[in-house]
Amino acid sequence: MPEAVAIDIRRYRPEEEAEPHWQRYDVPFRREWMVLDALNYIKDEVDGTLAYRWSCRMGVCGSCGMMVNGQPTLTCATYLESLLPGPIRVEPLRGLPVIRDLVGELSDFLAKLKRVKPWIEREEERPTAAGEYLQTPAEVAAYKQYAMCINCLLCYAACPIYELEPEFLGPAAIALAQRYNLDSRDEGHEERMDVLSTHDGIWACTFVGECSTVCPKNVDPAGAIQRYKLEAALDWAKSVVLPWGRQ
Amino acid sequence: MGAPVNPAYRRYHPKWHRDRMPIFWWLRQLSYARFIARELTSVVVAYAAVLLLVELRAISLGPEAFDRFTAWLRSPIPTVLHVFALAALIWHALTWLHLAPRALVVRLGGRRLPDAAVLLGHYAAWIAASALLLWAVLSA
Amino acid sequence: MKPHRSREPGLWLLFSAGGTLTALLLPMLVFVLWVAPSLGWMEPLTHAAVAPLARHVLVRLLLFVLVTLSLYHWAHRFRYTLYDGLQLYHLNRLIAVLTYGTATALTAVGAFIVWG
Repeated sequence: MPEAVAIDIRRYRPEEEAEPHWQRYDVPFRREWMVLDALNYIKDEVDGTLAYRWSCRMGVCGSCGMMVNGQPTLTCATYLESLLPGPIRVEPLRGLPVIRDLVGELSDFLAKLKRVKPWIEREEERPTAAGEYLQTPAEVAAYKQYAMCINCLLCYAACPIYELEPEFLGPAAIALAQRYNLDSRDEGHEERMDVLSTHDGIWACTFVGECSTVCPKNVDPAGAIQRYKLEAALDWAKSVVLPWGRQ
Repeated sequence: MGAPVNPAYRRYHPKWHRDRMPIFWWLRQLSYARFIARELTSVVVAYAAVLLLVELRAISLGPEAFDRFTAWLRSPIPTVLHVFALAALIWHALTWLHLAPRALVVRLGGRRLPDAAVLLGHYAAWIAASALLLWAVLSA
Repeated sequence: MKPHRSREPGLWLLFSAGGTLTALLLPMLVFVLWVAPSLGWMEPLTHAAVAPLARHVLVRLLLFVLVTLSLYHWAHRFRYTLYDGLQLYHLNRLIAVLTYGTATALTAVGAFIVWG
């Protein structure tokens, strides 16, 4: 086991430079350290100007996503030991504008998330006195996988289509739309289809599949998108063959 | 938050940095290269379709035309080309069959059929269709 | 169909049907018709053997459907590969016309060859 490991970080200070540059730090090697621990060490002991996001340090908040050796990953869940001998390359998530150092700009994703209406839509809200909405375990199982999304945006960093076409809704937004579409309490299916079944929605996706490969929560956004493509296509076919009965 | 920000302003914010995507982005990592290779098998699919039409035309033109076609098939360059085409089409079939279960969620009695079951169904269909084709041609 | 929903669903259905049919049929077809005879693993087909088979109406139907769906499968997939692979977004219209146009033209040729 080495004493220290080199970390190359892609720094960007907008007030000082026009382009990012790489900076190397030597960090003590500890078997139990994650990449995030190394970053915290750098910030605490070596260079306090380093800017990055983190929070729970246990893989549930989705804050610490970064590119490590070219792969989008949660830095709180990646052991330094698995990346030996180094140097380890740390960069901000690909596909997102970089505000500073390792901090990416998230407002695009948040706007897209809002567009897919990630909440229970109902024609009429049930009054509280009428009691809870009951769901069988099977009904929960239908959407549970997609509810596991922690909005870490690793899937956006992995998706080449998102990088090529920034208008693309993206994996997580579509997976979260599906989470509500498949929820038995929800009645917003039609409204979401107007947002999803568009050129910048599901139809931009070419099933590269990298989003599902990098997802730390096994949400399988690629699967969600392909399932929805089939559903939307059959819905379209039905509307062509049986045009009556639709608003 | 106030009024929606003009997306073009947000994308090209004067201080935010955006990397340009290289033309050959798909050479950047293996999974992307494999993706493009998978997509390019569609060209071989089109070639096979066109060659099928050529063969059908040769059949309808009579035995001499068909013999010329068969002779061309057996010459070295088409032979090598078609071996590669076969490899590409097998690659297309394998990747397609493996991706199909992700799009098809079959529910039986309230439980989702596991991906492996759907995949097995696809392979069974593939083997059955291939066997049928082989028998049809061999019996001719 | 609401106006802002894309026309893509129909094209995607063609692409999917084509992908599935070609995946199931083309490998064995190519092996048996072109590879095995050329490598000497099978006797090459004679015109006398294959002509009646090719004239059968069900065979004609199957081959026509296979060829048509193969072409539209290629058109859709190749269009996106050019679009994303070479970042030719500004040529979107042209690429769409070239790919689907070629597929349609070859389908017409196919119709003539198979049913003519």
